[in-house]
Amino acid sequence: MLKLTKGFFLVLILSLLSLGPLQAQHGHEEGNTHVTELEAGNEHHEEEGFNAGEFVIDHVSDSYDWHITSVGEKHISIPLPIILYSKHPELHEGKAFHVFMSSKFHHGHDAYKGFEISQSEEFKGKIVELDAHGQEIGKPIDISITKTIAGILASVVILLWLVLTVARSAVKNKGKAPSGVQNLFEPIILFIRDEVAKPAIGEHKYEKFMPFLLTLFFFILINNFMGLIPIPPFGANVTGNIAVTMVLALFTFFITSINGNKHYWKEIYNPDVPWWLKFPIPLMPIVELSGVITKPFVLMVRLFANMLAGHLIVMVFISLIFVFGTLFGPAVGLGASPISILFSVFILLLDVLVSFIQAYVFTLLSALYFGMATSDHH
Amino acid sequence: MGLVMPNPGTIIWMLIIFGIVLFILKKFAWKPILNALKEREESIASALNSAEEAKKEVAGLKADNEKIIAEARLEKDAILKEAKELKEKIVAEAKEKAGQEAQKTIDQARQQIEAEKTAAINDIKKQVAELSVMIAEKVIKKQLDGKGEQEKMVDGLIDDIKLN
Repeated sequence: MLKLTKGFFLVLILSLLSLGPLQAQHGHEEGNTHVTELEAGNEHHEEEGFNAGEFVIDHVSDSYDWHITSVGEKHISIPLPIILYSKHPELHEGKAFHVFMSSKFHHGHDAYKGFEISQSEEFKGKIVELDAHGQEIGKPIDISITKTIAGILASVVILLWLVLTVARSAVKNKGKAPSGVQNLFEPIILFIRDEVAKPAIGEHKYEKFMPFLLTLFFFILINNFMGLIPIPPFGANVTGNIAVTMVLALFTFFITSINGNKHYWKEIYNPDVPWWLKFPIPLMPIVELSGVITKPFVLMVRLFANMLAGHLIVMVFISLIFVFGTLFGPAVGLGASPISILFSVFILLLDVLVSFIQAYVFTLLSALYFGMATSDHH
Repeated sequence: MGLVMPNPGTIIWMLIIFGIVLFILKKFAWKPILNALKEREESIASALNSAEEAKKEVAGLKADNEKIIAEARLEKDAILKEAKELKEKIVAEAKEKAGQEAQKTIDQARQQIEAEKTAAINDIKKQVAELSVMIAEKVIKKQLDGKGEQEKMVDGLIDDIKLN
């Protein structure tokens, strides 16, 4: 249902865009302050007008510094630490390990100590090593604190603070009525325990998985929410980053595999099917084994795609203002802005709902996989 | 491609951060929170249980009370009934005894009256006889004063005998 709604709006945007040429064109590309302001780092493309695709993708993808805004030619951004390990120390002043702030790159324009943010087709946006002639020779081992990682750290601080506060008041109010933020968290914790873990895993085994399920749920939820707040240190597209969702899915995968009992593995390698489905070609084991891999894969993709789509659509609606502005002049852009903002607000509200649903779905499915791995019989 | 290719650096950081968060929260947050929740649930459940038991106890006491009251009422009724019967019995006995006594007295009185009547009659008879004898003596004495009278009488007596 949600994906349908999103699809509908995408179609709506496309049809609006295609209707564009029918309207009278007048006075484009002149003195559009909004465009220059939001055009981020591409001042050389200024003459070409507003590039909506780049604008949207820039906002949802990872970067080495946290861009806040640009005023004219001046970029305001939070520099983030770059951590690199090179296999070619001779190119970088004799050192293999490098830690410096991203501001040294001057927003991707300069090289520093033989490193550069690549503009080439192959490594676009990534840090590459340069040889003595300034040619790219490949990527170093890159464990920089990027925008995503910084976003995660910020939300983790909030998560830890909130949950530890709850834990403190839980200990303090032992046997008494809950108080403060405890009131907010306890219903959710109870919901995860009684509506997710208990039915999915079973009354006797659920306790072991509760810490992971709760951490998972609140981690996803808080990162989803933080992603919706467009002010640093929030607003990083954390749960819409495939590496993040991949790690979460990997945790689920490994916990499922480690806790899988004899019955679970037997169902995979030697399921109760006619023998010719297992010999000479182990058809069913292959199917079952691929199921083991696809389950976490689907978890990864679902969360990633949903959150990314939410961010994309909001950004598309915002960029519509500037698309109209550059196509038909600032007046049309301004005229279109209330509608764009209205749609953005609507999608943002929808994203609040999606944030809850995706956190719930990820947790529920993880719990179901744990339940499958630990169940005694089908 | 940049969006769908996981970045190794991000994966490493994410693994470390999520691992640490999981460890910290598991140890310092979820355990105490879940324990507190469980404890509270148990205490609420036990409180509800004891309330239920107290309710049952009260209901039991009430039933006991009612039973006792009902028993007392029954006993009271039985005592009253017994008393009533006893009273009636006593009254009936007394009545019977009184009747008998009265009858006895009446009979005695009647016998006495009868006896006195007989005595009186006998007395009267005796007096009448004495008086008659006295009168007859006086009469005879007067009539037999002369000789002729005596002879007449003797003749009369003899006549009577002859007649017989």
